[in-house]
Amino acid sequence: MNPAFSVILLTTASGAGYGMLFWLGILDAAGVMPPNLSFGIPAIFIALALASIGLLASTLHLGHPERAWRAISQWRSSWLSREGVVSLFTYLPALAFAAAWGIAGPHAVVTMVAGVVAALCGMLTVFCQAMIYASLPPVRQWHNRFVPPNLVLLSLASGAACLAAMVTFWLSGAGRIMAAVAFVLGLGCIAAKIAYWRWMDREPSSSTIESATGLGTIGAVRQLEAPHIEENFLLREMGFRIGRKHGDRLRGIAIGVGFVVPAILLIVGIILGNPAATVLFPIAAAMTLVGVYVERWLFFAQATHTVTLYYGRAV
Amino acid sequence: MTSIPTQTAGQKKLGLVIDLDTCVGCHACAVNCKEWNTSGHFAPLTDFDPYQEHPQGVWLNRVHSYEAGTGPNSRTVHFPRSCLHCEQPACVTVCPTGASYKRAEDGIVLVNTEICIGCKLCSWACPYGAREFDEDQGVMKKCTLCIDRIYNENIPEAERVPACVSTCPAHARHFGDLGDPASAVSQLVAERGGYDLMPETGYKPVNKYLPPRRRPPVAETAPAEAESAGTGVLRWIDRVLSR
Repeated sequence: MNPAFSVILLTTASGAGYGMLFWLGILDAAGVMPPNLSFGIPAIFIALALASIGLLASTLHLGHPERAWRAISQWRSSWLSREGVVSLFTYLPALAFAAAWGIAGPHAVVTMVAGVVAALCGMLTVFCQAMIYASLPPVRQWHNRFVPPNLVLLSLASGAACLAAMVTFWLSGAGRIMAAVAFVLGLGCIAAKIAYWRWMDREPSSSTIESATGLGTIGAVRQLEAPHIEENFLLREMGFRIGRKHGDRLRGIAIGVGFVVPAILLIVGIILGNPAATVLFPIAAAMTLVGVYVERWLFFAQATHTVTLYYGRAV
Repeated sequence: MTSIPTQTAGQKKLGLVIDLDTCVGCHACAVNCKEWNTSGHFAPLTDFDPYQEHPQGVWLNRVHSYEAGTGPNSRTVHFPRSCLHCEQPACVTVCPTGASYKRAEDGIVLVNTEICIGCKLCSWACPYGAREFDEDQGVMKKCTLCIDRIYNENIPEAERVPACVSTCPAHARHFGDLGDPASAVSQLVAERGGYDLMPETGYKPVNKYLPPRRRPPVAETAPAEAESAGTGVLRWIDRVLSR
């Protein structure tokens, strides 16, 4: 599948934003967030800004961005529509969370309730995003049980890394708990990605050129002539092939840059405390975002579509 | 509405039956499809750099050619590929806007290009590659089963079939109601063992493909004496008569 910049930015930026919002809401309700009036509002706005950048980026790949509002109408059947509805709704509890933090204080009941609702709505958006991919039978690398938990976990991990950086940078010193959360989730991401890739490499495709053409009863089928000598939309959109060449190396980069090195930086920062953590945590967060971006690029580039069977390619 | 209309027994299911035994791979169906539809329901079917080095464009019908099997019993099969107007079309249910829909009255899957946002998700959801994005207009295009021909009272009744069917010189394409077991196309499917493409994906295509007819098997190794009999035309006659 073609790794379009706009779609990758959608899931990486909004994943980090909603992950950050999730931990702000949950840890505030748990009483762990520092009761600092000046921190909550900018933190919530940065989380919403990341989410909004992702959502706006996704409209870039539309043929008609001015009609994007129509996408919230078909929530009964379409996961893309559900994502639109839930992502727009999330702004309400998130803005209420920010307002309550400023007016009633970080640990007021109304703030905690709004925070938890915003946290859950944000994560529901990420789940809907994952289901857009998981509900497509022609792409076996997406249509499986690994994809929704993978995307949710990576959203939680990148959000936690961003929040740890922000807490440490802003409040100088209160970021240890966040960093510990980011550390544990980062290790979880490594395990989840390896499990997904191992499955993906071993699981054979249930569709073949024989089932696609129905000619398997005669014998093995191979392409004699393609219908056209130039590329077309199908091959450009669904037949992207560059990812497979550098796949293993890019998987290593995604895991190493995204989770292994950040985990080391986070643990060193937790042990040393400030001022080292003030430098280490932001680096860890930036690296996590880069790693997730590479991971998401691979998520597209290594996904194969059954239409390419008709062009004699393997899926 | 992108929910699939509830289906009742004996419901009209218009579709195509494509005979892979008689298709000669001439691409006339694809060309006439392009010709009709570039001024029909989805007009225009745009092209990009049509007279340059890398011409590309929107086509709703594409003809592939395959070889199946090896040796003297292998077959060359020409294979037209277009929308199958599935009974469970995920291209419809994934659509976030309601632009993609399946008609309750005849089962035809269509796109309302007035409200399509061009997100391309329907093309990802189609296992068969039936949908092509029109980069010029920013909307998705697909086979309409020529709704502007089959119900068109301004053309003679005999021509009220999809353009691909009307143009096929080998009579390899048949159009009719596959929901009616007594229809000519349903009988043809029953008689010839018509099948679904990629049944494992669960989309339940309405269009059916008729397999190439079985031929008497040919021995894997040609008889050695056939090589010694004559040259030129005599050798050819000998080989034909020796079959």
